[in-house]
Amino acid sequence: MKEWIFTTDHKRVGILYLIGSMAAFAVAGLLAMAIRFELTWVGPTLIEADTYNVFLYFHGAAMILGFLIPGLTGFMANYLLPMMIGAHDVAFPRLNALSVWLYWFGIVLALLTFVVPDPPDIMWTGYAPYSTQYSSGNLSFYVFTVHLIGFSSLLGAVNFLCTVIYMRAPGMGWNQINFFVWTILGAFVIQLIFVPVLATAVTLLLLDKYLGTSFFVPSAGGDVLLYENLFWFYSHPAVYVILLPAVGALMEIISTMSKNPIFNYRVAVYGGVWGVVLLGSDVWAHHLYTSGMVDWVRIGMMVTTLIISVPVGLITISLVFTLYKGAIRFNTGMYYAASCLYLILIGGLTGIPLAMSSLTLHLGETYFVMAHFHFIMGMLATFALFASVYHWFPKMTGRMYNEKVGKAGFWLNFIGVNLTFYPLFIIGVEGMPRRYFDYEMFPQFQGSQQLATVGAILVAAGIAVMLINWIYSAISGEKAPNNNPWESASLEWTATASPPGPGNFPQPPEVSADWTPYDYQPRTAS
Amino acid sequence: MNRWMFFIFPVAVVMSAFTLPAEAAGDFQDHTQEFEVVWHHLLWDIGIIGTIFGVISAVFLIKYRRKSPNQVGGGPRFTMAQSLAWGLIPALIFMADDFYLAAQGWKLWIDQRSVPENAMEVQVTGQMWSWNFEYENGATSDNDEGLVVPVGTPVVLRMKSEDVIHSFFIPDFRIKEDLMPGRVTYLWFNPAKIGEHVFTCTEFCGTDHSHMFGKVKIVSKQQFDQWSEAHKS
Repeated sequence: MKEWIFTTDHKRVGILYLIGSMAAFAVAGLLAMAIRFELTWVGPTLIEADTYNVFLYFHGAAMILGFLIPGLTGFMANYLLPMMIGAHDVAFPRLNALSVWLYWFGIVLALLTFVVPDPPDIMWTGYAPYSTQYSSGNLSFYVFTVHLIGFSSLLGAVNFLCTVIYMRAPGMGWNQINFFVWTILGAFVIQLIFVPVLATAVTLLLLDKYLGTSFFVPSAGGDVLLYENLFWFYSHPAVYVILLPAVGALMEIISTMSKNPIFNYRVAVYGGVWGVVLLGSDVWAHHLYTSGMVDWVRIGMMVTTLIISVPVGLITISLVFTLYKGAIRFNTGMYYAASCLYLILIGGLTGIPLAMSSLTLHLGETYFVMAHFHFIMGMLATFALFASVYHWFPKMTGRMYNEKVGKAGFWLNFIGVNLTFYPLFIIGVEGMPRRYFDYEMFPQFQGSQQLATVGAILVAAGIAVMLINWIYSAISGEKAPNNNPWESASLEWTATASPPGPGNFPQPPEVSADWTPYDYQPRTAS
Repeated sequence: MNRWMFFIFPVAVVMSAFTLPAEAAGDFQDHTQEFEVVWHHLLWDIGIIGTIFGVISAVFLIKYRRKSPNQVGGGPRFTMAQSLAWGLIPALIFMADDFYLAAQGWKLWIDQRSVPENAMEVQVTGQMWSWNFEYENGATSDNDEGLVVPVGTPVVLRMKSEDVIHSFFIPDFRIKEDLMPGRVTYLWFNPAKIGEHVFTCTEFCGTDHSHMFGKVKIVSKQQFDQWSEAHKS
């Protein structure tokens, strides 16, 4: 116990991030089930409207701030990145320990939502003036949670940027690092630039509510639109903080499992990853298409938002064509990774109408938007995280997971999410607004809502099967046959034990000028 | 590398020919009808891109399964020129498609935002959790009574909020716009046929957010005149 609490080892810090984020996922997932059950029938059924709103708020905030960002940057970067670049640890191990505990305290503070009187019901967006003047909810819990997790992210960003820049194995050039390492760099550059903006925005909310300032009070000269701009100035790039590590991990898994180098690595990195980072900062106003802004901003951001399909498209091409002429081996991790090729298509392509301001005039704030971002965040990014846990499971535990149970869980999850979100896409196009406790005006949507609930039950079962598989296999699974069961060429597999000891590498690795983490073909075998 | 891989690009180019520009809907720009045209073009567009990528992924996943335990992949290694070609050509195709969609979206947007000169003006006020409507002749209405409008006359809604952000959404007319405290926003639509359409709030505004709804009631000119006389305050 003590060695976990006081640990500065990046692998243990990573596992702590994983436990924290899966806990947040479990709580937020249970709330999603409550939300789904409430919507199964027209009219109030299970819970009160105010409770429902608190659940919605917590589901969104916990999934994004508590699960996705810490899971995909905190856990994955911590566990994998130092080993991939051949480093014995991160640049600032104690800072790393501070950052994981700040995150844990953020989670605890967020969970107090269910204990304090007047829990926040302001949605994860916390739009003023509802959050500041009209809601009785306790805004400070939201604001301080954002602060704690934000600080944690910033410390992580500084730490990992330094680690990658200064601690690569001798001989490792920039074009030889794993694609995943590039995506983490991109994600943390975004965090470093934009997290302070979010922290500012929510701090202004706090000042407005409790200290009587009027940044967002129109009658006193404030501006409601200002908050929306500040909030989305961070929160849209935050999507890429989640998306980039997700596709990075997928690329590693697909490359390893098909024994192929990444298709067009250079374009995927310099065009794809950095294209997303550059363009991703200029598209936030597409969240504000219906908010009465001046028209030229809406038109301008429509064009930038559409163009972001270019770098994302390049990354997708690399993901798909890495399979070309491969020797694909299907295990549970690869099942999840392969399904992500489909999820990125549906999620990405349904983003295109939402990039167009004129179509968003109808689709905005409906279930179509909700289903779209669930395909990206709730499925693509989440499945990528699950794929990663399965893929690196032998590395983390030294044991194998149960393949049959893993695949059974996959099918439950995959069928479940499709059954949940396709009906919601359809009723979204027909006009079902999101964040609705009740849908008296649209009784014809009840059938679709019920189908979605059935899907959600399948997902819940799938997640339970998966968690049982992980926990059981970590404790008493079959021992891994060797240190590299998937025969990867990347350093975290080839040069460390499973699980790796302190300092990771028995001998500090060095790489030659023609080495890459994707050396599978015999002519370049080392 | 197989030659057929290069067929993807011509197919993608042909795709833009499928999606012809929106026909002008006559002199009167009814943006609701125009929306349907753009929406269907878009469905074709993303449907074709999705099918191309989906089929390629499925074929690869099935065709390139490992045949023997020691098999390794034979994926291509590119020279710098090949690399750039595989980057620039798809990028240009995607960008062409983006600009094509942007042009359609822009045109629709202009029609959605350009209020016809003969439009009837209705003042809309949103508050937690109801709507009020005020007509040019002084008649008033609310969400229980409905937004009553005469058939055939374009209607422009000038909207303001009494408290938090709301959003006025009429799904059947494919439009919504937020009611921002401290600002006046607007929407317009063309009530072409007699009938009833749901309107509802789509910006989260607290406990009864999902109960802020009513009907747009499109009636004949005569009925509207009678109704508005009876509802003068």
